[in-house]
Amino acid sequence: MSTDTILIGHGAGGMLSHKLVHELFLKHFKNKQLAGLSDATIVKTTSHTAFTTDSYVVDPIIFPGGDIGKLAVSGTVNDLLVSGALPQYLSAGFIIEEGLPMETLEQIVKSMAREAKHAGVEIVTGDTKVVKRGQCDKLFINTSGIGKGIENMEHLWKKPELKAGDKVLVSGYLGDHAITILAARNNITFEEEIVSDAAPLNNLILPLFENFGHSIRFMRDITRGGLATILNEICEHKNIGVELNESLLPVRNEVKGICEIFGYDPLYLANEGKVMMIVEQNAAEAVLEKMKESDLGRYCAMVGEITSSFPGKVRQLSVIGGSRIVDMLQGEMLPRIC
Amino acid sequence: MLKYLDEYRDKDLAQNLVAQINYASKKSIRIMEVCGGHTMAIRKYGIQNLLPPTIKLLSGPGCPVCVTSRSFIDKAIAYSAMPDIIITTYGDLMRVPGTSSSLLKEKARGADVRIVVSTLDAVKIAKENPEKTVIFLGIGFETTTPPTAIAVLEASKIKLKNFLILSAHKLMPPAMAALIDEGTLIDAYIGPGHVSTIAGSKIYKPLVNQYDISVVISGFEPVDILQSIWMLVKQIESGIPSVEIQYSRAVSQEGNLKAQNLVNDVFEPCTAFWRGLGAIPKSGLKLKPEYNSFEAESLLPLEIAEKPEPKGCLCGQILKGQKIPTDCKLFGKTCTPEKPVGACMVSDEGTCAAYFKYNDY
Amino acid sequence: MCLSVPAKILNIEGSNAKATVGGSIINVSLQLVENIEIGDYVLVHTGFALEKIDAKTARETLAMLTSMVEENPEDMIRFIEI
Repeated sequence: MSTDTILIGHGAGGMLSHKLVHELFLKHFKNKQLAGLSDATIVKTTSHTAFTTDSYVVDPIIFPGGDIGKLAVSGTVNDLLVSGALPQYLSAGFIIEEGLPMETLEQIVKSMAREAKHAGVEIVTGDTKVVKRGQCDKLFINTSGIGKGIENMEHLWKKPELKAGDKVLVSGYLGDHAITILAARNNITFEEEIVSDAAPLNNLILPLFENFGHSIRFMRDITRGGLATILNEICEHKNIGVELNESLLPVRNEVKGICEIFGYDPLYLANEGKVMMIVEQNAAEAVLEKMKESDLGRYCAMVGEITSSFPGKVRQLSVIGGSRIVDMLQGEMLPRIC
Repeated sequence: MLKYLDEYRDKDLAQNLVAQINYASKKSIRIMEVCGGHTMAIRKYGIQNLLPPTIKLLSGPGCPVCVTSRSFIDKAIAYSAMPDIIITTYGDLMRVPGTSSSLLKEKARGADVRIVVSTLDAVKIAKENPEKTVIFLGIGFETTTPPTAIAVLEASKIKLKNFLILSAHKLMPPAMAALIDEGTLIDAYIGPGHVSTIAGSKIYKPLVNQYDISVVISGFEPVDILQSIWMLVKQIESGIPSVEIQYSRAVSQEGNLKAQNLVNDVFEPCTAFWRGLGAIPKSGLKLKPEYNSFEAESLLPLEIAEKPEPKGCLCGQILKGQKIPTDCKLFGKTCTPEKPVGACMVSDEGTCAAYFKYNDY
Repeated sequence: MCLSVPAKILNIEGSNAKATVGGSIINVSLQLVENIEIGDYVLVHTGFALEKIDAKTARETLAMLTSMVEENPEDMIRFIEI
């Protein structure tokens, strides 16, 4: 590589841009479509195509268990999966702050290539812009994704139909990602390292689709806003509610500890490799068993159920047996002293 | 398992205490938890739904954010608009509305406002930015004041010239007395646990002597709170009010003398303005004259007056336990956690926010 | 008010300590307390230890509450409908 730092010139369209594209992006994302470098890529899709987009900003851009590139691939892949689609193609748009070390960028691009391979998707189109110092924070990435609708999961393409008694399942420990990032920013360490859970969830989700199809009524990846926010969204304007059981929530001790220190609630913490699903009650146990076969679902748990007793609301039964309403996250979570 | 937390979240112990309370409670009584942390825990664990109808829980003024006056926020915002100023604050204050803005909004508009989780972080920021003036917003009661005192002493020791305090530190007992003086009808206080860790149970003795009111100093876990309620019920049924300590693993009669001495070295009592309660003599703390060079208002004088409460807002009466949030016409309509009008909605621990979050209403 | 967390002291250097809450390690200033040793639990508020937790008293309180549960005849426990 000709320079060790990203310069404004890398986004100017000249020789520096050309080199960046060839010596970094093409080198790592190698595939036929991208190699053509045309203004648009032609891909083959099916009659039902899922299409999604998401932008990724995170500080720090590299953290224990992953980096912004891993987030950008797995986040979009997971959005497709939980919508009942098989991820196929991604786009990748980079907004880079001048001064970013080339080595850091390469590390992130490599990580994207690795996760894409892992998730069975190809990065088939992309774009790079470089902005002046201070106009973005090191690196922002946007990925869009295209996926093939999975035939027996077409009920996930539509509004979910939920019934009282359906079970609420989560695929593992809540809050690992949020706490990893928080710890990295606040000089908190761990007795045993906690890492971000960012991961593409193909190996967890696809076997569930295959085995349980219609018994899986609804699925969503639990990202910003946490489990509480998703559950509130599905209850809104519906004649059903959700009853959670606090003692069943899978939360690591370390994450609980940090929540105690900063006054956070694990129900609102962000995850990057966890799904919440609502499953027909008779299938719930079998779905949990299947999830446990994957490393990604080893700590899955049934945490609550759909109820008709208090429509539109999410309630949580506390560890001592009292109950309370769980609402959506209000604004940004700030550390508290009281 | 989290030691000293999870043991006190045990369902069997909690349910047994609920049974004991039911068994012991005959008279109708009104218990006020002065501390916002208790309000929060009561709602979070659904404790109020477990008590017999004879017991009514009221939330008092013990959330430092709730009682911080609008003019204090206005002053902080005015400072944040001056050149070369860094405002440092605990996260709790960020959303609190001043007259027309909040620190969160000012930060978004470009003011240098930084959230710290310790006063020592604020001192560190001052050390690292010698060309700027760092103002730390000192809020909180007996628990939170010693760390501010340490910061002042540290800054004084290393001769920091660019570190200032804007103090809204407050003392709990004068407010607890003022509430009763103003006609708040209560039989007992659930005493603030961590305030008492520092100040000791002795600070409530005059209150009990003067007003014949029961006080039990409580920890913050559900079993702690239920045990405290049980102790209060027994105390009231027996007819002899006193100060008892439920939270004995962390509270003594004398409290933490080292911390008390540090605070006395740096601060002296002053009249403080409480949102909702007004001015209460000797209920606040300001820096002693020898630490004047760290006092923001001495070095950078501002002219900002106290202002009346927003129209229709019942925060004052709610803080006194005379009204409940649902009595307020603004509650849940124009006043929500997203767009708070009164301070009781601003803090997560505010009475209105806790009602909004955890109650059906 | 005053969020404080019980944390176990792991090591001490002068007036600074590292302490763990469920495996998460934080920095704690010991400037407000005296005679703290490794292994003690302290209450931490805004990065400062406020007081050592009295292990003996804590054990006694819990033992008292636990024995109450054991002594209680079943029929006295009126569980509240939830």
